[in-house]
Amino acid sequence: MSTSGTGRDRMLASIRAGISRQADRRHGEPAPSKPTPLIPARATAPGVDVVGLFRTQLINAKATLDEVASRDDVPAAVARYLANNNFEARVRLSPDARVSSLPWDKAPMVETSSGRSHGNDPTSVTPAVAAVAETGTMVLQSSDGTPTTLHFLPDQHVVVIAKSQIVGTYEDALARVKRGPDGSLPRTVNFVTGPSRSADIGKILLMGAHGPKKLHVIVVDGEL
Amino acid sequence: MTSQPGTAQLNPQGPFKAGANVALFVTCLVDLFRPSVGFAAVKLLEEAGCRVSVPDAQTCCGQPAYNSGDRKTAVDIAKQTIAAFEAFDFVVAPSGSCGGMIKHHYPQLLAEDAVWGPRAEGLAARTYELTQFLAEQCGKTDFGARLSGNCTYHDSCSSLREMKVKAAPRDLLKQVAGLTLTEMEETDACCGFGGTFCIKFPDVSNSMAARKVATIDATGADLLLAGDLGCLMNLAGKMKRDGSRVQVRHVAEVLAGMTDEPAIGEERNS
Amino acid sequence: MSFVPTSNAFKENAAGALKDVPLQEALGIARHHSIQTRLNTVAKMPEFESLRDIGRDLKNHIIANLDHYLLQFEQSVIDRGGKVHWCPDGESARAKVLEICRTVNAKTVTKGKTMIGEEIGINDFLFANGIEPVETDLGEYIIQLRGETPSHIIGPALHVTKAQVEETFRAAHTDLDPKRNLDDAATLMAEAREKLRAGFLKADVGITGANFLIADEGATTIVTNEGNGDLTQTLPRIHIVLASIEKVVPSLKDAMTLLRILARSATGQEQSVYTTFSSGPRRPSDLDGPEEFHVVLIDNGRSAYLGSDLEEMLRCIRCGACLDHCPVYHSVGGHAYGWVYSGPIGSLLTPMLVGVENAKPLPNASTLCGRCESVCPVRIPIPKLLRNWREREFSRAITPQTERSGLWFWAFMAKRPLLYRLVTRIGARALFNLAGQHGRLSSAPLASGWTKHRDLPATQGRTFQEQWKAKKGARS
Repeated sequence: MSTSGTGRDRMLASIRAGISRQADRRHGEPAPSKPTPLIPARATAPGVDVVGLFRTQLINAKATLDEVASRDDVPAAVARYLANNNFEARVRLSPDARVSSLPWDKAPMVETSSGRSHGNDPTSVTPAVAAVAETGTMVLQSSDGTPTTLHFLPDQHVVVIAKSQIVGTYEDALARVKRGPDGSLPRTVNFVTGPSRSADIGKILLMGAHGPKKLHVIVVDGEL
Repeated sequence: MTSQPGTAQLNPQGPFKAGANVALFVTCLVDLFRPSVGFAAVKLLEEAGCRVSVPDAQTCCGQPAYNSGDRKTAVDIAKQTIAAFEAFDFVVAPSGSCGGMIKHHYPQLLAEDAVWGPRAEGLAARTYELTQFLAEQCGKTDFGARLSGNCTYHDSCSSLREMKVKAAPRDLLKQVAGLTLTEMEETDACCGFGGTFCIKFPDVSNSMAARKVATIDATGADLLLAGDLGCLMNLAGKMKRDGSRVQVRHVAEVLAGMTDEPAIGEERNS
Repeated sequence: MSFVPTSNAFKENAAGALKDVPLQEALGIARHHSIQTRLNTVAKMPEFESLRDIGRDLKNHIIANLDHYLLQFEQSVIDRGGKVHWCPDGESARAKVLEICRTVNAKTVTKGKTMIGEEIGINDFLFANGIEPVETDLGEYIIQLRGETPSHIIGPALHVTKAQVEETFRAAHTDLDPKRNLDDAATLMAEAREKLRAGFLKADVGITGANFLIADEGATTIVTNEGNGDLTQTLPRIHIVLASIEKVVPSLKDAMTLLRILARSATGQEQSVYTTFSSGPRRPSDLDGPEEFHVVLIDNGRSAYLGSDLEEMLRCIRCGACLDHCPVYHSVGGHAYGWVYSGPIGSLLTPMLVGVENAKPLPNASTLCGRCESVCPVRIPIPKLLRNWREREFSRAITPQTERSGLWFWAFMAKRPLLYRLVTRIGARALFNLAGQHGRLSSAPLASGWTKHRDLPATQGRTFQEQWKAKKGARS
């Protein structure tokens, strides 16, 4: 490797020298072309019950699931979840209208506030871009209404989605990410498959390493 | 195998027919330590309808050099072996390790050689591990052997992963009257032999062998079988040192009904 | 500045590891756990083998177009307001990280798990320059407290038993009640969570690694189960990504191929809990996220292997499956390998990164059993590449002289069948007579390596070839 020029020049020169060595080794054969990705049939085969698969996979990922008829039922479902598990009746909401404009007055016992988290919120309630059936994965993004801190700092994370947001594959979900005016991804896109966990102590699998200890998903049958 | 233009005459392999000329690659370990395995292989091949020859010019497949980084010697020995065996319809070895060397590594070693590359490919296409050849090419699994006891079978790494031999020895052993087979856990784990590895890293090798022996013991078998003498000598050596009563034999001896010789590492009563 | 390798002492390291009772206990637990979980998960994905093929082909394509994809990645990062720093070696990468930290007078840096960070010794360097690095991955945190290096790519504290974690926490967290109950793993994890939460909130800079760099999106990707990486890169003012050059992939669609094989191979999960794509700093209207986004692109010797007979090791996606399935690793654990990377892939990477003269035994410390290759998600032919290293050692006379002499003598005979048969005839008789009725030898000349732990089975007196000749003579 040459020692002159900027680090960038030196690295590119060395990489290009390597690529010409590859060409020599191929004896005139073309460089390998990019393979076509394969999307597993699990969530795409004709007749697959995508919602049913999502339910199964979400539970396999050690998350919990509740299903309600309409958006008006969500606050009560959140209140029920908190009460049943003996969690503090205080939630931090994404400012996004899909969550903040829910009729929270229907759950008067639950104290709500909205905004990013600074680390002292027991429970967050957020919307999602989509939910992926193939592995029970929630796809979340950052935006002016959906701060990323709500996905990681609280002890419990409640995600509210419409049934129509359940898609088969990661590819389907990524197509629904809201991009910037220049077509760019948001700062952060999170795939979340169940609650935080670690097996770093004696290979014993435990929930709640650094991120949320619980992931609870509320599916709304109608629109959000 | 990729066939290259102009090499068809070097690759006369077709379906197996009775009377096929089969060359036995004895392997250096069988030649030196356990000729009875070689004779068992000859008997099985003859009963399956083969005309068996043992080419004179064979010594070792070259793995000690190949696996030690001495490519030039490995190439020399590969050429010597190809020349000695390519006149035959099939090459059969009572070893997945040596079979794998001929079948997979000779073509790689000689890939850049315009003359020897195709010859290596031609030989590779006709090379088999013994139990695989008997069951899959000759289509014969019952050799009328009898042996009462409970055995377990160790898959050698090269048999399993290079030669893709898994079902054949089991299909053959099923036909041995009086013998039951109990599978051990982690059948795909290495026994710690690894050719020169076991001499270069004896402590690590011993630990690997100890884990393998524990899985063998857990089956309750009184007989350990395998298709590679390297693994067998390693495991017999370890088990006998530790005072195990389990007997250790090459699978060919049992299939051929040739169990008169003491098992590997056992005392001889004379 | 980075950790000095002890790989040349592999044999001594291994001997120590074999006698280390807690280590052997930890390795036993890990072995049972990892093999079975991977098998169960792979069985649920009929396309798994095809995905491995595509993963291999994708990586080969990337490696053949590496300059193109890195330049595309760089432009995309710049377009989103981030910065890319090209660092040919560890020294320039360390200096760049320090320079960025100094722009905000950073006192504390949180770190997600990064193997390239271990490779370039970033922690010791920051510490020596007055900046406290805080490891946030639970396993990394445990070994940081113990002053150790990772013993596994994805389970850095795999060698530590639960009882040892308790000892470590009691020694380190002296502000807590010494009589507190730490009997179960959950309590230990809760204590680490509590301790690290404070670190996350006060850090000035967060450093993560990257599983992938998405060329057309300018995004970096991390895959974790704990969520520590996300806290690390979301809370501080500055997010620095350390990434080696081969991490780039063309697009999100291509990254999905690798994501579908990574977790299944690594932990036997269908998917890891958190996969996060990060591009650029926070947008003006965002409510959180870092104000600066830096990608430190590191070569550190990799490009020199492009186009070589060892190039295929650059396909590695660091899943650790080869370690989990390696019988040598199961015996000795990761530290015996003497540097940052261990197991089969460590035996390939360490000679590349520290020089083969500093890692002579590693390519040889394998039976070439091939179990690693059989599980590698991108089908790296590890045994073949280990052999290629051995060939380099042999041709550069790094192979020990005794071994070379032995090989020479053996080759001399093996290439002369007549002489070979004469010598083996003598050997067969000698070993038979030495063993006598016993049938085996507990020691034999020139065989101490063999007979240290095993007996040597005796011969049957005459070689096969000798007997065959006699039989054939009798037949005809």
